[in-house]
Amino acid sequence: MDKSAALAAFLERSPYIKFLGMKAELQGDLLTARLPFRKRLIGNPMIPALHGGVIGAFMEMTALAQLAVAEPSRRMPKTIDVTIEYLRPGKPQDLFARADLRKVGRRIANVHVEAWQDSPETPVAALRGHFLLRQD
Amino acid sequence: MKLIRKMVGHAMTMAPHAAAIGLKFESAEDGRGRMSVPWREDLVADPESGVIASGVVTALLDHCCGMAVNATGKINFPIATLDLRIDYMRPAAPRAGLIAEAHCYKMTRSIAFVRAEAWDVDQSDLVATAQAAFILNRG
Repeated sequence: MDKSAALAAFLERSPYIKFLGMKAELQGDLLTARLPFRKRLIGNPMIPALHGGVIGAFMEMTALAQLAVAEPSRRMPKTIDVTIEYLRPGKPQDLFARADLRKVGRRIANVHVEAWQDSPETPVAALRGHFLLRQD
Repeated sequence: MKLIRKMVGHAMTMAPHAAAIGLKFESAEDGRGRMSVPWREDLVADPESGVIASGVVTALLDHCCGMAVNATGKINFPIATLDLRIDYMRPAAPRAGLIAEAHCYKMTRSIAFVRAEAWDVDQSDLVATAQAAFILNRG
């Protein structure tokens, strides 16, 4: 399977990704994920701010999408752990993210993700995670 | 205390995303909060397995941790999550909903520390655990 087909299959397959409304584009090997703003993603309506869980889930899905592109023949990896750092409130607008595969070993991948809104220079949140790679 | 419980429960299910994933308030008292999320077809990661997405677990745990801070009854100002660490012990059972319980075990002038866990059927067989820190914006 080629990379863009792997990405399309990843996005198409998961009902939860459709529920979030997540999109993604590929430039070469580099994936940029986008979460178009919707009211249902709001956590605190008073501020208003995106839900912290949504930001975390979106970054985790970005990591899995980048892994699906890098290793198209593998089954979807299992998340082992994630650490999410919140840097700024998520404003009610589109959210973007890119994942950096720090190490893809035989069994484990270590991935760093950053999410931003106005500019990648001012990230909204970051995620570091370990993922269990599965054969076949 | 009853009024606090009611207010916390109301506030925590009022968030649009909480409503969108069907989060249900269970209880809130003495720095402890409990919430659940029933299984739903559109919250599944992989339609073949029918297991609820880890992203839903993240949202549930984040929300429940925030609720535990509010359930101390000492919060009349905004709080924000600083960090959240989640360990996934195992996938939830197919077509199973989840329950989460969080405990705000320490609060300083500026930070609240929270631990949480989530399970599907049996609280002694966890799906995920979480550790979070919140900043208290006393104004």
